[in-house]
Amino acid sequence: MSDGNVTSRAHAPVGEEELGGTGRTAKLKIFRGDASGGEEVEYEIPLVEGMVVLDAVLYIQAHHANDLAVRWNCKAAHCGSCSAEINGIPRLMCKTRVEEFEGKEIHVGPMRAFPVIKDLVSDVSWNYEVSSRITPFTTSQKAPFTMYEEDVERLYEPKKCIECFMCQDVCHVLRTHHKHPEFAGPRFFVRNQWLEMHPLDEADRLGDLKEKNGIGYCNITKCCTEVCPVGIKITDNSIIPLKERVADEYYDPARWLMRKIQGRRNGRR
Amino acid sequence: MAVETNGRREDYEVREHDVLVIGAGGAGLRAAIAAAQRGLSVGVVTKSLLGKAHTVMAEGGIAAALGNVDPDDSWEQHFVDTMKSGKFLNNWRKVEIYAKEAPAGVIELEQWGALFNRTPEGKISQRPFGGHTYRRLAHVGDRTGLEMIRTLQEKLLATEAEVYMETTVTKLFKDERGRISGALAYTRESGRFVFFKVKAVIMATGGWGRIYKVTSNSWEGTGDGVILAYDAGAELVDMEMVQFHPTGMVWPPGVRGILVTEGVRGEGGILRNANGERFMERYDPERKELSTRDVVARANYTEVQEGRGSPHGGVYLDITHLGREKILKKLPTMYEQFLKLADVDITREPMEVFPTVHYNMGGIKVEPESCASTTVPGLFAAGEVAGGLHGANRLGGNSLGDLLVFGRRAGDGAADYIEQSVHAAGVPDEEIQAEIQRVLEPLERPAREGDESPYLLQEELQEAMMEHANLMRDEDSLLKGLEKVLSIKRRLSNVKVGGTRMFNPGWHTAQDVRYLTQISEIIIRCALERREKRGAQWRLDCDELVEEYGKINFVVKKTEQGEVGIERREIPPLPEHLAALFKEEKAKV
Repeated sequence: MSDGNVTSRAHAPVGEEELGGTGRTAKLKIFRGDASGGEEVEYEIPLVEGMVVLDAVLYIQAHHANDLAVRWNCKAAHCGSCSAEINGIPRLMCKTRVEEFEGKEIHVGPMRAFPVIKDLVSDVSWNYEVSSRITPFTTSQKAPFTMYEEDVERLYEPKKCIECFMCQDVCHVLRTHHKHPEFAGPRFFVRNQWLEMHPLDEADRLGDLKEKNGIGYCNITKCCTEVCPVGIKITDNSIIPLKERVADEYYDPARWLMRKIQGRRNGRR
Repeated sequence: MAVETNGRREDYEVREHDVLVIGAGGAGLRAAIAAAQRGLSVGVVTKSLLGKAHTVMAEGGIAAALGNVDPDDSWEQHFVDTMKSGKFLNNWRKVEIYAKEAPAGVIELEQWGALFNRTPEGKISQRPFGGHTYRRLAHVGDRTGLEMIRTLQEKLLATEAEVYMETTVTKLFKDERGRISGALAYTRESGRFVFFKVKAVIMATGGWGRIYKVTSNSWEGTGDGVILAYDAGAELVDMEMVQFHPTGMVWPPGVRGILVTEGVRGEGGILRNANGERFMERYDPERKELSTRDVVARANYTEVQEGRGSPHGGVYLDITHLGREKILKKLPTMYEQFLKLADVDITREPMEVFPTVHYNMGGIKVEPESCASTTVPGLFAAGEVAGGLHGANRLGGNSLGDLLVFGRRAGDGAADYIEQSVHAAGVPDEEIQAEIQRVLEPLERPAREGDESPYLLQEELQEAMMEHANLMRDEDSLLKGLEKVLSIKRRLSNVKVGGTRMFNPGWHTAQDVRYLTQISEIIIRCALERREKRGAQWRLDCDELVEEYGKINFVVKKTEQGEVGIERREIPPLPEHLAALFKEEKAKV
């Protein structure tokens, strides 16, 4: 394998199979257009072994459609930039193998619960607005904290969120009913979950969850959990526990009576 | 606001801030928080959405001598490890500040809500990493970067700072006295221009791994910041030093170059060749897989070169002995990544890995305390775009710590500068108009014979750099590479893109490829100058650690003719209190 001439090599000396060419092609139908409308355009690309939909889209961009708009960053399912709807289902393009669709058509389009900007790119800025109105981590304790693995282990799950916003895209409260102003959406219940359950956090977000963030609108269809690319059990582990806390706080008759007698302080009982 | 320039007028929005932070990775966010906490009006510009910067991909951990797991650890030992790994080219004052302040940076993250893995005593846990004497990396499984960027992002959202997402800066402006006075940018969504009238700029744009074909870097790593600064008159240092991470994925082709965290070796991963030999026993018998990155990368490369590679041209990295449960707990992202992208279950089979371009040790030369550019008043730099901390080779975990320590110092440095200086005047409209026309040129000029695609030109550059400025180099090959890069540089004016200004990646690539080409030229020219084997600069045609070069940094500055000016600058000797640390270490052995 070695010819002794190290620097002349572009990379590891591998043979023909380096390129992974299969000799076959794949066809993709990609939405091209903007807020005013558009249509699917079919592109044909050489199929490379192991290629993901994002590879196909970037190939098309480099060779057929230089202005094809797409978001991506890490290409390793860590950053959540390349969310799109593949055959109608929200998925990360970098984690969806083309071979999976052998013999089937591949349709790629933007996330539809948000306004389309162009091609595969939607305007997700609303999510950042929601994020900025959530009370951040608040504590009067001074770090370094003493916390044990068993205290924090369950919080690693909500903290895995890569903000791909696919749970927001699929959530029918947003997608079908457009409750954007009064509903935060699954991603932000996930964020509220770790904040509320952090052993040292002292803020109270239950009032906001009920009033401003409309957790009551969620009727547990679990669509968000199904599309989460990092496997967060959003419904079971984030939304339901928060709903229970809100119910305890606001709908428990004993608590209600206490509040009547004592009044509320700072949103806390 | 608009003026007539060659018959063309362009409208642009004007935004005014005290300080503009360019880049929203760890360094930019930390700097923005610091500046906002000082009461300044802060604008943060990012090419992507917030929270998607390269920091999010960092996996292993943050190096900081907290001493939570190994109580003997100290800032002094962290200093010694970092200087040794950098082969003493590092700016020692920067390393001293870094080693002392990194622990506070980690604790501050915890104060802001970051959740680290814990020790049995309830402290922040720390894992071993290559080249670190003690277990030193504070971590959260293998998604430390995500935890860090999310924590900083949420902290920033709670300040008054304004974030301009998917916005690209194309030029820095200076006043008649050479002070930073503004920056021009365009937004991706609409292609509209924004002029930022500012008193200071903090450059935090990260690295330029996209000059190579096989890289762990995202599309964003095109080195905008280093060239914006260079064009504005800043000095650059250590540009020949490009870090190849020893372990990137090799198969299937679509994932080639994607990072396999050093955390795998940190947790006990073993490297083997096709004959099953644990080859690191030959390259660094003492530290083996936990040797420094330059050593491990060359070992992997050499094994494959000499015919002992895996079927797909890599070497094997095996972690199966850790057991399924521990792998899923300590390396969940890696497990998922290999399973989904490569059909490999790392709890049962070894991974196939090969070096991938990962990081750049070189960058804007800055004052250690304030992160101020050594030559451009009002310009500050932190994170990967700034040089000096890592010398000839960066230790794993030292980049996340860098972002915290020097991100904060850059924010404070800019605030001090603004408080103490008289402010630069505005920028004449003609200058802004001229820049707008330059940026629009590839999009708006008529097509003509010999037009080039920015994507294909970028690809050609990446292949040339891979071939000629790889992790082992020699003079002949570097010269050939330089020729290719200069020919690409001449062809830049032929770049033509179609479509409209609206979210047009072809147009954006036309901007990027200019940065990539200029950086490539600088890297090759410096690599030709440093005639030795030292850290990441491995000249096959030269001797190892030539004494003469051990005392020299190559400092680059644009000449008046617009050429790459390279100066040999002597490194000041270590002061007694730092030199003594090495004597003490020798005495211990």
